[in-house]
Amino acid sequence: MKPVPFAHSRPAKLTEISSALDADNAKLIAGGQSLGPMLNLRLARPSTLIGLSHLTELRSVRLDGATLFIGAGVTHAQIEDGDSDVDLPPMLRHVARNIAYRAVRNKGTLGGSLAHADPAADWVTAMTVLDAVLVIANGREKKRREPMSGFMEGAYRTKLQPGEIIVGVEISAAMGEAHWGYEKICRKVGEFADAIGAIVIHPGLQYARVVAGATEGPPILLNDIARAIARTAKRPALEEIDAALAAHLPGADRVKRQLLKTALSRAIAKVIP
Amino acid sequence: MNTGIGARIPRKEDSRHLRGTAQFVGDIKMQGCWEAAFVRSPLAHARIRSIRIPDGAEGRVFTVDDMVDLLPIRAESSLPSYKTSDHPALARGKVRFAGECIAVCIAPTRAEAEDLAETVIVELDPLPVHVGVESALAPEAARLHDDWPDNLFLSTEFDSDLSDARAQATVVIEREYTTARQCMVPMEGKGTLAFWDGKADQLVVYTSTQVPHLIRTGIAQCLQLDQGDVRVIAPDVGGGFGYKCVLQCEELVVSWLARSTGRPIRWTEDRREHLTAGANTREHKYKLTAYADDTGRLLGLDADIWVDVGAYSVWPFTACLEAAQAGGNLPGPYDIGAYACRTHSVATNKPGFTPYRGVARPGVCFAMELTIDAIARAVGRDPLEVREINLVHGSAMPYTNITGKYYDTGDYPEAARQAARMIDVAGFSKRKQAAEKEGRYLGIGFSSFTEQSAHGTKVFASWGLALVPGYEQAMVKLAPTGSVEVKSGNHSFGQGLETTIAQVASEWLSVDIEQIKVTMGDTGMTPYSTGAYASRGMVMAGGAVSKAAEELSLRIRAIGAHLLQCDREETELKDGAVFCGAASVSLKQIAQAWYLRPDMLAENVNTMGLEVTEGYKPDIDTGVFTYATHAAVVEVDIATGKVEIQDYVIFEDCGRRVNPLILDGQSYGGAAQGIGTALFEEVIYDSAGQPLTSTLADYILPGPAELPSFRLGHSETLSPHTRHGIKGVGEGAAIAPSGAIVNAINDALCPLGAELTSIPATPRRILEAIFMAQDASTREAAE
Ligand SMILES: Cc1cc2nc3c(=O)[nH]c(=O)nc-3n(C[C@H](O)[C@H](O)[C@H](O)COP(=O)(O)OP(=O)(O)OC[C@H]3O[C@@H](n4cnc5c(N)ncnc54)[C@H](O)[C@@H]3O)c2cc1C
Repeated sequence: MKPVPFAHSRPAKLTEISSALDADNAKLIAGGQSLGPMLNLRLARPSTLIGLSHLTELRSVRLDGATLFIGAGVTHAQIEDGDSDVDLPPMLRHVARNIAYRAVRNKGTLGGSLAHADPAADWVTAMTVLDAVLVIANGREKKRREPMSGFMEGAYRTKLQPGEIIVGVEISAAMGEAHWGYEKICRKVGEFADAIGAIVIHPGLQYARVVAGATEGPPILLNDIARAIARTAKRPALEEIDAALAAHLPGADRVKRQLLKTALSRAIAKVIP
Repeated sequence: MNTGIGARIPRKEDSRHLRGTAQFVGDIKMQGCWEAAFVRSPLAHARIRSIRIPDGAEGRVFTVDDMVDLLPIRAESSLPSYKTSDHPALARGKVRFAGECIAVCIAPTRAEAEDLAETVIVELDPLPVHVGVESALAPEAARLHDDWPDNLFLSTEFDSDLSDARAQATVVIEREYTTARQCMVPMEGKGTLAFWDGKADQLVVYTSTQVPHLIRTGIAQCLQLDQGDVRVIAPDVGGGFGYKCVLQCEELVVSWLARSTGRPIRWTEDRREHLTAGANTREHKYKLTAYADDTGRLLGLDADIWVDVGAYSVWPFTACLEAAQAGGNLPGPYDIGAYACRTHSVATNKPGFTPYRGVARPGVCFAMELTIDAIARAVGRDPLEVREINLVHGSAMPYTNITGKYYDTGDYPEAARQAARMIDVAGFSKRKQAAEKEGRYLGIGFSSFTEQSAHGTKVFASWGLALVPGYEQAMVKLAPTGSVEVKSGNHSFGQGLETTIAQVASEWLSVDIEQIKVTMGDTGMTPYSTGAYASRGMVMAGGAVSKAAEELSLRIRAIGAHLLQCDREETELKDGAVFCGAASVSLKQIAQAWYLRPDMLAENVNTMGLEVTEGYKPDIDTGVFTYATHAAVVEVDIATGKVEIQDYVIFEDCGRRVNPLILDGQSYGGAAQGIGTALFEEVIYDSAGQPLTSTLADYILPGPAELPSFRLGHSETLSPHTRHGIKGVGEGAAIAPSGAIVNAINDALCPLGAELTSIPATPRRILEAIFMAQDASTREAAE
């Protein structure tokens, strides 16, 4: 389990990284916690690895008016610890704490996780329920923005184009006061999820989102359920959740649906006890 | 400080492990050493059409055609109708499991060796694959070994006549149980480094093994060398569990390469190789019929056991040790009057079965303990009461069971009672009632077993093995400085034997274990031992050290008596000195007199020296039986199928506890592995025999957060047959967890009418059992 031979570089600027990415078969590496295993299994066979987590812009956490920006190179551990000048929404810290083990969290990054787009990973679901927007650069043109819902196209597939880099995510700063529930069901501590249920409600903003994660594909927005909760302030019946899941995931077997249903109902119960 | 038998003291070896200064095969630095990588079969069953080696790779890539002087691994057995399988170290003609070695590549680094391995092109013609015993046993099934008539290594039959039991039984319980295929996952995988030592004119093989002397025999046989031309050294070994008690293809290939290229060669197993080519244990199927009366008294047991043994028979323990152990141990600690059992050791397209901590007993204990609880439910009695009336009582000891096993000492029902007391059955009932009101599902489960340990010559011979343990040897020496050296051909790789055999020497010689240097694992420096397996180390190596140390103490006292001018019989060895009344002479003075100043001694005082090698075995070959009852309290989350172990107790008796601290560690570690078997670990194959669980993200091991705080209780019933009354205990705690935990799960699920009969009890299996029960009750309501 050793990687194929590759070169490694750490350009000092985002633009240089983009041009380095133009090289044949070059690949970005952030924390290496998803790419590392792929390299060792020789599933990823890059000729060059380009490091980027050292860039200050990718490491920054800041408030731009009513928008919270979190750099793509910020590690799970930094989020878990709240290690930033700006307060992070409590939900993010909760999510970070339950990713993998501390050693992985020390290296793994938000941007790497979103780019990798493992359906069972946490940030893709968490960022969807928070309606985050990705800031994406290609080094030449202006940065573009892409909403998280829709960014992930399938398992390990995203709207990132060749040469593009995730610079960070933007979240409404008001999410810090939102009511939230996040339930991850997994085999053991630190394991990837078998099911995730997530809900965020902000009555002031009339914001309500309910998301099912760790499906076989992108996280699923359950808008009817979210609207009903916002309207009635009541927990939906288990059958309603089940029916919504069955409609979105016709291929899912009974066990998978049971787990998703449980994750969702438990997440919702955190908001509406 | 007393560091003798019974002292609860930390291990001698801990310091180097905690400081990272231990030396595993991977730590050895050797000039000019090249690393090996294997080309492994991508298919589970195929004929090899061609192996193409790229131009220019000559001398760096080798196949079986290059190794004409290397004999295949062939594990003989004298059991009638047993079929041998030749396992060439590199595949010849056919591959029989995914991950089988086809070619080997060498290069200065492992990465380069893997680069080279990618350029070797193997053309395979696929053959039908047997992923389980059913398809392998089907009529007209494709055969793994072309010259066999079927896919059976061996079938055995035992029948004590069940007709009375059948006639008298008022309760008949029928069940089918399955246990998953597992990997043993030692922290350090396999690893071998070999080189030719020019001065010694000898092949030196550093290898991560439990059984260095056996491997020396095996390598010499297969390489067709004289034993004297081979020296095997097991350096620090990071866990074995049985995985490293058999001769490995990779050991042979690396040895052959070192000999023929003249270069030191190393191979290090990586985790993926382990989880695929090393997926070689635990997989059983059972069909049981238990006959009982209204009180739950077990009258007879009828069993079929299938062991999925994979493609090849391992040397020296063979493909059939597992089934022999399963058939012999199924009745376990119970007093059963009639028993019939048929075992089937079935060849399938998987790696060759290797005995894992507990050997067959984790499976049989699971099957038996679930059956006991099923009987209890059928007769409406408490499972503890049913255990009590069926377990072999203390007053019946020694007891010969239906399969001829000789239980030397113990009180099995007492262990069950103690476990029940520790787990507080009455308190649990209250908590369960309270939980029920909140819609939570709690359950309690028990599991009792016996662990045959240190069984010897006759037992292994009866299993037909070509290599049988006899007398275990050990050497004990008083060094000129008054310190002690102990040498044993057994090995210590986590079980703490390095410390406990020093304690035995310390007991006789009253020297602190810090002044006792223990050398193990090096066949060039230690007397013969068949090694570490079958919970034999403490009894056998400990016994041999005891015998040698006793003899040495006599010689020391003889010299001391001379120096003190008294008779040896008047002397006593204590506190590091020989005493005659109040007068004493230290061990150091005695050693110096003998080694450096023999002029102080008369000519005839101790002519044999201060270095003693003795051979030992217990006075019976049938083994000594450790026993225990485990009890677990679990909560099952019926919405997710997840199991939380809320409490776990072990009450065990392994005779004399040489080091209670190490025993606790063995219990924790064994129980942790048993919990892996019960709840987590499972090698999954697709229909083409591809292992799908090839990383630790897919093959789930329990971690610290999944393990309970084990609570332990002990009694000490000494064996009259071994030195110091010691019984073996290394495997024990891995045996019972599946029985206790799944019984607890089934107790919790009882109100739902769901019952689990397969392990691991994953959330999926539990949810499916619940769904099945729900569907059945919906159907009933509809009818
Ligand atoms: C044992 C273990 C357990 C884990 N458990 C969990 C878990 O429970 N939940 C969970 O969510 N995750 C889990 N992970 C994954 C972990 O969170 C990874 O850190 C994360 O998925 C990838 O982040 P990284 O920084 O390590 O990215 P890398 O591995 O370095 O890169 C991943 C991919 O993203 C690309 N990439 C990286 N940064 C950028 C960027 N800024 N722009 C564009 N592309 C980029 C890389 O080219 C690569 O393709 C686990 C990992 C391990 C090893």
